[in-house]
Amino acid sequence: MTEASKPTVVVDNLHIDYKTFASGKAANDRRALMQRQRGVRVVHALKGVSFVVHEGESIGVIGHNGSGKSTLMRSIAGLHTPARGAVYAASRPALLGVNAALIGDLTGDRNVMLGGLALGMTPSEVESRRDDIVDFSGIREFIDLPMKAYSSGMAARLRFSIAISRDHQILLVDEALAVGDKDFRAKSEQRIRDLREQAGTVFLVSHSMRSIMDTCTRVLWIDHGTLKMDGDPKEVVSAYKKSR
Amino acid sequence: MTEIDYAALAREAGLPRVGARQPLPAYLRELWDRRHFATKLARYRIEANLAQNRLGLLWVVLNPLLQSAVYGLVFGVIMPRSTREGENFIPYLVTGFFIFTYFSQSFNQGARAITGNTSLVRSLSFPRMLLPLSAVIRQIFELVPMMAVLAVILIGFGELPSWEWLAVPFVLVLMTMFNFGVALIAARLTVHLRDVTQIIPILTRLLMYLTGIFYSMEQVLADKPEWMMTVAQLNPVHDYISLIRYALLTDQPFTQQMVIVSVVAAIVFFFAGIYFFWTAEERYGRD
Repeated sequence: MTEASKPTVVVDNLHIDYKTFASGKAANDRRALMQRQRGVRVVHALKGVSFVVHEGESIGVIGHNGSGKSTLMRSIAGLHTPARGAVYAASRPALLGVNAALIGDLTGDRNVMLGGLALGMTPSEVESRRDDIVDFSGIREFIDLPMKAYSSGMAARLRFSIAISRDHQILLVDEALAVGDKDFRAKSEQRIRDLREQAGTVFLVSHSMRSIMDTCTRVLWIDHGTLKMDGDPKEVVSAYKKSR
Repeated sequence: MTEIDYAALAREAGLPRVGARQPLPAYLRELWDRRHFATKLARYRIEANLAQNRLGLLWVVLNPLLQSAVYGLVFGVIMPRSTREGENFIPYLVTGFFIFTYFSQSFNQGARAITGNTSLVRSLSFPRMLLPLSAVIRQIFELVPMMAVLAVILIGFGELPSWEWLAVPFVLVLMTMFNFGVALIAARLTVHLRDVTQIIPILTRLLMYLTGIFYSMEQVLADKPEWMMTVAQLNPVHDYISLIRYALLTDQPFTQQMVIVSVVAAIVFFFAGIYFFWTAEERYGRD
């Protein structure tokens, strides 16, 4: 960590809770109706994660399924309120997730407009980028069909194309590189690299160690909601591989 | 290794906290900047909802029209006439029902604005107030063709246009403020307590009977104690509908109290709704 470059993201002792409905054994600790809803269980997804990220770094985030990676991304983007701790950032981080669902009843074309507006573009900006977005997604022939008729790969490609149509200073990418076929993956990786040059900071969540090694300068290993390791990609990835 | 004071580090670098609720003026300004999202969402929702029906957009008016026909059959043919002496029944019923639909739909859709769009709320950050706003805008879009059909029905049944019809938009503006406030309050309450969704249809039904859509509240309660009428007239929905009936139909009662309740309820619910919704901004989409 060099002190010369400016910190862009500071995560300070971050705790995130989820409330979920449980049944069976998990629901057995019953409480009174007025006190708390029955069957509600609190899942502690992140238990005190802290780190500082500087300008120009690209951070890989790895960990097993359910370790809290996506939760970490969502809370950096400000979509979760921390139970304790806080996230500070130079500008509003933008999350590119393949789970970023739009509205299934609407056509792809309508979703391009809605997604763009939700990202903060004006209608005319969306109009002017519409062709780029559709071309990038490579699903022009299906753009007038409702999104629920798309295959999951097609839908993910369209969402990804919408999300990257805007320049972001701090970018969070959640497994996006795992979507689509080989060509689309290559195209997206290139786009991410371009974005990283414009953007100050990129976070990449992936299960593909190859794309982590290719694109990241530092890796965070999240395990059961805690930060297990933080450092050089080679070291962290090899330690992670050994742990399996 | 020494403990790092991360909060101090962030302060030194001048980094603001992510996801912090903006002050109300800045929040409303961002809401205004992003208003196109709300209007487009409303429009697309109507299109998507109707695209699969053969009759398409016609259902926007056909549905409330058929519903009023059902109520007309029950309350106009089966029930005794004494509950609505001297009213031109069909215009009376249709006016009341159309305006009530505007309220009840805003209430219902508003309540589902956050909980029904969880995936959108969880993946993109925007002022959450856009969602209940969009729900109410959708109802405004649907109200326009309904008002046109209403005008045709009124003329068809001998209620001819007069200068007083021009008062209707003003009442509708007040009612929109009221509906928006109610939608915001309902939207937040459902987030805290899902059970509210179960109560809303019951509440809507109750309000419908207390509002007097197919009978005149004034005539039904004529021989009941005084306070019952007072309570009925304090219901803002009743007053909006009464004012619109007064403007559109002949021989309708008019009291100053209706105007006062309408204006006060619009202002109170509008501002209280905005404040109430905004204070929980950070909570939406969390659970």
